[in-house]
Amino acid sequence: MRKTVAIIGGGITGMEAAIQINKLGHTVHVFEKDEKLGGHVAQWDHVFPNQRKAREIINELTCQISEEINIHLSSFVEKISQIDDSFVIKSDNNELKADAIVLASGFELFSASKKEEYGYGIFENVITSVDLERMFVEKGHPFMRNGEIPQRIAFIHCVGSRDEKVKRTYCSKVCCITAVKQAIEVKESIPEASVYNLYMDLRMFGPGYEDMYQKAQQKGITFIRGRLSEASEVENNRILIKTEDTLSSRPIKMTVDLIVLMIGISPSLANNQILSDLKLEPNKDGFAEIADDHLSPTHSKVKGVFIAGACTGPCSITDAINASRSASVEVHHYLNQV
Amino acid sequence: MKDFGFSPMKNKVLNFDELNHDFHQWIAIQDSSFNLCIACGTCASTCSAGSYTHFSFRELCKDIRWGNAEKAMKESEKCMLCGKCSIACPRNINTRNIIKMVRKAAKTSPL
Repeated sequence: MRKTVAIIGGGITGMEAAIQINKLGHTVHVFEKDEKLGGHVAQWDHVFPNQRKAREIINELTCQISEEINIHLSSFVEKISQIDDSFVIKSDNNELKADAIVLASGFELFSASKKEEYGYGIFENVITSVDLERMFVEKGHPFMRNGEIPQRIAFIHCVGSRDEKVKRTYCSKVCCITAVKQAIEVKESIPEASVYNLYMDLRMFGPGYEDMYQKAQQKGITFIRGRLSEASEVENNRILIKTEDTLSSRPIKMTVDLIVLMIGISPSLANNQILSDLKLEPNKDGFAEIADDHLSPTHSKVKGVFIAGACTGPCSITDAINASRSASVEVHHYLNQV
Repeated sequence: MKDFGFSPMKNKVLNFDELNHDFHQWIAIQDSSFNLCIACGTCASTCSAGSYTHFSFRELCKDIRWGNAEKAMKESEKCMLCGKCSIACPRNINTRNIIKMVRKAAKTSPL
């Protein structure tokens, strides 16, 4: 018998899960709170580790979404209730009974203004990695608020990651490589510019990441091992930053035209309602908790509820797609049993 | 300059606004592997001269990078050019050649 699966979230994780579960012969409903599919990736210009257009990824997934898949756009899931083995999903404009749920509701970006000492929202030439990506989409290069082309740009790693002060003790995983990617793109779009990356550790763990790091070094990007302590505004709205070169134990100060805060991945607040409806506890970092770290990475602790992608913690596009496919297979096995 | 209300020891502070990058740039042109250093310290720990003196190639790289040409030139004299660091370097930096370039700069003042 044909079963119904509700997928919460229409980012790349939800899209991929919809495609796979539909292929496995089940009826699929995707609930997306925005007006279009694609989530965070749709707002990105290029992605690591090969500087591929993010648009390409979204387009390829969109092409695979068949007409059989029911997409509910602008549908914020308000309540989920469980009746025996099935679930009732109530969104602002419809109600659906499903046999299984895939939670693919993603993440929120860390709010940079919480690190007040970095001056985001206070100084005009302090931007986030997301703002920079938007500049690349808009003009193909970064620019200062007054429209001028910046000549000195500093990337600040770990903003809202590995930081007890903002209750984000985990590593957001994708920002290091994103900073390296963006530094390369800044250098390619403004070859005469000086680009600095201020890092705590460079976590280049994925395939191709280390190569990108070497490429950045070869392009003359300066990597400084030290964390930004504070930023202040000086003449012409430039930014004075203070850090330490911890490799030579010397404090550094420098004036730059633009600083880019590499904001981390935070748990989505909207998830909390869904988790509590489903009687699921978030993990210690606030993300949806997986049932087993090694063997059930896409099971939740509730039967019939599967979780994938960045709602379980920071992950790359590749991780998200893998998790989606894994969840899809698990959903299929589960539905064949009940 | 904004006053933060405190300041670290002035002689220790690296002021990037006044840093002279010429020597670093010259070295990087002579040997493009220079920029690949990740400051892992393999070179310094294998260094023959370093067993008997305070010489460290990793520190030399920092001196070059942070515009301290004079110190780099002086330090480079301690090296015995045995080349162990070149064999050990995980980034394949031609460390021995870089020392030779620093010495060459000391003799010829190319800048």
